[in-house]
Amino acid sequence: MTTRRQMISRSAQLAAMLATLGLLPEAARAQAVAYNTAAFEAKTMAELMKALGASAPVESKDVTITGPDIAENGAVVPIGASTALPGVKRLLLLVEKNPSMLSALFDVTDAVDANFATRVKMGQSSNVFAVALMADGKVLFAVKEIKVTLGGCGG
Amino acid sequence: MSDPMRIRAQVAGEKATVRVLMSHEMETGLRKDGAGKVIPAWFIQDVAAQLNGKTVMTAQWGPSVAKNPFLQFSVKGAKAGDKITISWTDNKGDKRTDEATVS
Repeated sequence: MTTRRQMISRSAQLAAMLATLGLLPEAARAQAVAYNTAAFEAKTMAELMKALGASAPVESKDVTITGPDIAENGAVVPIGASTALPGVKRLLLLVEKNPSMLSALFDVTDAVDANFATRVKMGQSSNVFAVALMADGKVLFAVKEIKVTLGGCGG
Repeated sequence: MSDPMRIRAQVAGEKATVRVLMSHEMETGLRKDGAGKVIPAWFIQDVAAQLNGKTVMTAQWGPSVAKNPFLQFSVKGAKAGDKITISWTDNKGDKRTDEATVS
């Protein structure tokens, strides 16, 4: 007779086996890059760059941030980051006056353009940054001020 | 289980523009409900895109991405008929994967 304990231990073993065999590919792939909690909790640019292990950012004309000048609804602000420079490793979107600066972090591969657009929430009028982490260690950014008439983070 | 994503991938020259609309609450963990209790954070943390099974883009998101997130990017060398797969994982461990064909 199989006891409950044996059953539990067997199902755990099976799950472990499936994981190692790569039968759960989505889970494995999604976890390939661990979620950078420290970066997403950073409050200032200096903290953020430390969490990402990057150097101090330099303003650059080669990085572009797109977004509206005035956002009526802070809950949905369309912004985009792009650069034409080769050798981009990561693109970040930051909102300076949000409780945590970092909104989104994109890992760029050779197969995609360094050009991403998404929508973010903004608590108040603030500067937004597009930051490009280059393969050679340089950190470049572009900044744009977006005025928000109705905040999106309160409640 | 959440609603399916809406994915559209269109060829433009040598690349394909991919637009994704995901269905997710994206709670920041900072808002309070009517009784003054904090609504726990619930947001998409990891996003991955694959072209014909090969990962082309990964992203990490914070809670400040808007509700029902929109994402646009372009994939080089994608042709009509190629498969684009988008998957996400949220901070509660929920996952969703959807597929679309490049047109």
